[in-house]
Amino acid sequence: MLLCEQQTPRGLNQLPRKKTEMELAVNITLLLMLCATVFAVVKLQSLFAIVMLFGIYSLLSAMIFVALDAVDVAFTEAAVGAGISTVLMLATLVTTGRWKKKPERSGLLPLFVVTITGAALVWGTLDMPEYGNPANPAHHHVADRYIAESPTEIGIPNMVTSVLASYRGFDTLGEVIVVFTALVGVLSLLQVRRPRTFARKQDNRPDTHRRRPYPVLQVVALIMMPFIIVFALYVQFHGDFGPGGGFQAGVIFAVAFILYTLTYGLDDSLALTPLPALKILAAGGVIIYGGTGVVSMLLGGNFLDYNVLAANPVSGQHIGIIVIELGVGITVASVLITVFYAFVTRAERNRAGEKQVDLPNKAD
Amino acid sequence: MQIAVDLVSWLFLSMGMFLGLTGAYGILKFPDFYTRVHAASISDTLCTACFVIGLALQSGFNLVTAKLFMILILLWLTGPAASHALVRAANTAGLKPVTEKKD
Amino acid sequence: MFATAAAALLVIMCLALVRAFRGPKIYDRILAVNMFGTKTVLLIAVYGFMTGRPEFLDLGIFYALINFVGVIAALKFIERLDEYDEQEER
Repeated sequence: MLLCEQQTPRGLNQLPRKKTEMELAVNITLLLMLCATVFAVVKLQSLFAIVMLFGIYSLLSAMIFVALDAVDVAFTEAAVGAGISTVLMLATLVTTGRWKKKPERSGLLPLFVVTITGAALVWGTLDMPEYGNPANPAHHHVADRYIAESPTEIGIPNMVTSVLASYRGFDTLGEVIVVFTALVGVLSLLQVRRPRTFARKQDNRPDTHRRRPYPVLQVVALIMMPFIIVFALYVQFHGDFGPGGGFQAGVIFAVAFILYTLTYGLDDSLALTPLPALKILAAGGVIIYGGTGVVSMLLGGNFLDYNVLAANPVSGQHIGIIVIELGVGITVASVLITVFYAFVTRAERNRAGEKQVDLPNKAD
Repeated sequence: MQIAVDLVSWLFLSMGMFLGLTGAYGILKFPDFYTRVHAASISDTLCTACFVIGLALQSGFNLVTAKLFMILILLWLTGPAASHALVRAANTAGLKPVTEKKD
Repeated sequence: MFATAAAALLVIMCLALVRAFRGPKIYDRILAVNMFGTKTVLLIAVYGFMTGRPEFLDLGIFYALINFVGVIAALKFIERLDEYDEQEER
């Protein structure tokens, strides 16, 4: 989502390969499954089922990105689409109810507008340069320079990271601020509740048969937590060499705590990651990123010009990239965890009275 | 030697394919949720193992193999746990298994 | 031979997709999504070997994680939803 525009080719040391027939067949099958999923989403009535299908949709599109060699994008798509959005949409459904509402007005006017817009867009594409032609202007605007110069200027193997973190450092700073603003927006609408202490927990209404914890899941979650966190650190600091970086690592970190919340409950999780600390971390990541820019200005360079951070410009670039990726990772992780807590807090409250009308027959 | 390794790896992969297809056929054809879980989860674990071993034999002893086995461990940990949780949730929600053949 | 394996995995994914479309219970769909995710992980591995660049297995590890967390989240939230529906029916 956030990184989608920056699809530089990852041809590190291999020349462009010709796709074999089998790869083509895989691509076509994946795209067909994607289309089928979309039609099923339109047709289904149960919103819960639709969210599950969105998960499949995300996995499929991530797989297509892998087939297109855009591994960093695939990583992000899986993290945001299949991971975080699914979880947040499910939490939302608890509040809003699980069935599609019957539309009150006829759909003819929207259909008309959509058809006209779609036709105009298709008509617009006719003027575009031939699809996939390597001579297209999009591939030669700045990409040539990045591909030619980044190994000597920045010197890290993953060109996507050098474009994201250094050449387009301003964009990425903007994206981090967008993530932070999203947190501010969510917290101004939804609260995260205080953790219940043990005594008050006892006073709470008795757990129903559904509320009993799943011991097997708790054990598995405990085994997996350290593994996930180490993996997040690997993705964070390996982003210079392979697919990954701050955004993806932040999401993986958040996933570890989301898993903990899901298996152990919000109280235990809030005790583990207190809300004030999360807020400070979310702002701190942005400050680390912006601060790197300020430091480079103080050292006599431009804002976010990492060349001045060390005696040698290339190692300056390395330091700058590692530091700002760390800032990105911290902000993304703490924002996602806090947003998830806010959604869970809302989902724990009873739904606001409104009874669902016009239930279709309960197949789900 | 290479031929032998290829042969064994091919054997594992086809075993994996067979198990996977069985599981998929099972979740399509079986009459109710519990039987479907049975078909999917049991075949899944061995299917994953066969695929991973088949691929590991092809790549030899390196980082790729290590990552493959990490995937295997992860799927072995999460797959059965997810199936267990799924069945338990369905059971507490009051989903009854189909015990008689419908006419 | 990797091509055959990839084809088999795609067939399995299609079958799981059919089950995810048909339902009928939400648990069937979650089961199908879980199976679909596992097979996507394997497909990434096989696809990497097929194209001769098996370096991207990090993605497979990550998909396995995400898939698990997604299934658990679905189960937990559907429990809560059922609980509300019961209260409303009363």
